Amino acid sequence: MTGLQDRLTPEQVEEFGRELDELRQRIVDDLGEDDVAYIKRIIKTQRGLEAAGRALLFAGFFPPAWLAGVGALSLSKILDNMEIGHNVMHGQYDWTRDPALSSQRFEWDNVAPAENWRHSHNYIHHTYTNILDKDRDVGYGILRIDPDQKWHPYYLGNPVYAVLTALFFQWGVMLHDLEVDRLVKGERTWSEFADVRARIVRKAAQQLGKDYVLFPLLTGPLAPLTLAGNASANLARNLWAFAVIFCGHFPSDVESFTEEETERESRGQWYLRQILGSANLTGGPLFHVLTGNLSHQIEHHLFPDIPSRRYPMIAPQVRAICAKYGLPYHTGPLHKQLFSVAKKIVRLALPGSGRAADPEPTTLERDRDLKAA
Amino acid sequence: MARLTALAERLLTPHGLDRYLELIDPMLVRREIRGEVTDVRRQTAGTATLTLRPSRAWPGFRAGQHVRVTVDIDGVRRTRCYSPACSQYGGLLELTVKAEPHGLVSRHLRDAAVPGMVVGLSEPDGDFVLPARRPSRVLLISGGSGITPVLSMLRTLADENHDGEVVFLHYARQAKDVPYRAELAALAERPNITVALACTRSDDGDLRGRFSAEQLGAVAPWYRHAPAYACGPAPLLEAVGAHYAAEGLSEQLHTEAFTAALTVPDPAAAGGRVRFTRSGAETENSGRPLLEQAEEAGLRPEHGCRMGICLSCTQLKASGTVRDIKTGAVSGEEDEQIQLCVSVPVGDVDIHC
Repeated sequence: MTGLQDRLTPEQVEEFGRELDELRQRIVDDLGEDDVAYIKRIIKTQRGLEAAGRALLFAGFFPPAWLAGVGALSLSKILDNMEIGHNVMHGQYDWTRDPALSSQRFEWDNVAPAENWRHSHNYIHHTYTNILDKDRDVGYGILRIDPDQKWHPYYLGNPVYAVLTALFFQWGVMLHDLEVDRLVKGERTWSEFADVRARIVRKAAQQLGKDYVLFPLLTGPLAPLTLAGNASANLARNLWAFAVIFCGHFPSDVESFTEEETERESRGQWYLRQILGSANLTGGPLFHVLTGNLSHQIEHHLFPDIPSRRYPMIAPQVRAICAKYGLPYHTGPLHKQLFSVAKKIVRLALPGSGRAADPEPTTLERDRDLKAA
Repeated sequence: MARLTALAERLLTPHGLDRYLELIDPMLVRREIRGEVTDVRRQTAGTATLTLRPSRAWPGFRAGQHVRVTVDIDGVRRTRCYSPACSQYGGLLELTVKAEPHGLVSRHLRDAAVPGMVVGLSEPDGDFVLPARRPSRVLLISGGSGITPVLSMLRTLADENHDGEVVFLHYARQAKDVPYRAELAALAERPNITVALACTRSDDGDLRGRFSAEQLGAVAPWYRHAPAYACGPAPLLEAVGAHYAAEGLSEQLHTEAFTAALTVPDPAAAGGRVRFTRSGAETENSGRPLLEQAEEAGLRPEHGCRMGICLSCTQLKASGTVRDIKTGAVSGEEDEQIQLCVSVPVGDVDIHC
């Protein structure tokens, strides 16, 4: 018996899974106009901010206009990628049958093509969440983020890689889909990724074309300012997305799993793994929207295809179910979680598990240690 | 202008110009086709006649064709086919919608349509059309709400000042169920147009009773030497078809069936055939999820988690009914995106895969 499966008896897991299935069904039955009105309002806000941001940069010679333009464009890109793109591409609005809200057709304001991202994120990450060697989001093939990843001198650069990942996050996501780390190691061949590569080239050309060529040219003599403004907005989105996403699975109390302990998982066990492997962020309503409601990472991982505005509504019920079964419900403010992640990244740059420094070893880790001993 | 549009599309990538224009006014879209309701008439108790002004991408239609109309009802986009009843000239569209007792879209349109409402439209489709060289004599037969495409043909011929003989034979239960009676009477004033109304349950028509060879002979004695266009409920089309077949005239008869409300088969009984329309593969429905059935048929559809989470296997279901094994929901919508891994066919289905 392994730690993950030891948490609850098989009967409890089944009951627990059933309760979550019922919760999901209640939401699904209730979906309707309000959910569509919500996402359409967010889309309208995003498009409005985008138009305002682009327009303000035409007056970029006036510093407050430049700053406001960059602010509006940053918010536009954040909303587009997080609350709109990420969630629409999860199929949260496929039930509306609106092609503009279809997971298969939506494309986001990001260099990573939607189709590539849907595979690596919706399938690999959401199915194999936090399973070492299967979930490629564990360290993204770049970082050592889990003590069970074998140390290598390469990881001495862990903090530097993390900073670079944050700065160039959208490019990191794009290369992640290409599985560059595996290509370098020779585990995959270039020819396997011909389609993925073709999509990347096309999408990157379109994104670079508008942000770094067309809009700057349109502003004439202000071109350098516009280019700098667009780059700043992309950077702001990169930093924000990095911060939110790294806090979803990497804070120190979040657990990871092995392939063996997750074999032949039932639906209840899969739910259990999603809860143990995710962490929420606390904050106000605006904060939640700007994180794309990934501040409700636990609810999102349980029900990735339910409209994100529902996550805060069901969070108290999910938390109550966790309490009922004695399961942890990881949550904390952004600054605290981010600090926890940063500490971990620095610690894991060096050999060893860094476990001794863990504030409170979780049940799972204790079990694993016992087993190892 | 075309260059400006191309530049705007590049500037507004990846969403594209329409997604911004529609926020200013839903009718400004350039690529998508939409229609704005400009007038609503309620001619009979069960129907609403909508006049629509199509958006700029509308290519026009030929009399007899149909168009897919989409509306959002409680957040869900629904699509139904309607044949315009107006002449193909004039640039407007006129749809007469009969509210079916269980018809979600038809009842919504009858009750909620008001001027200013915007609906989605498709390009027109269908080959139930008159030949480009108009025949010297034409017989038009319709029943119930099947009146619309043949009325469109009649009005189009009238707009063309076509001088060949046209007989318009329409079947209804009783005269008061028939929309467009005033228009039909006005058209019948023309020397070359005859309108005959046959009532199956009352005596207030020109003829009484269901379709028969005698009625046909009475209104269009020359029918053996002219093309016929018929649209209506299945029993009428069967009767007309049988008569034409018996006389060896099937090639002259062109028909368009309008589908009645879908009957949802019993989900417990697996049966029917699964057709994968893109690959041409076909298999007996085994009652297993469609992804498995596709794989057993030798296809390799894109997929991921196989448990209804990742949406990698979403494909278009062209027709048929499926049951979602995650939720138990049964859906018979046409042109619906479904997840192959958690959808089990109930009876015949066509998957675009």
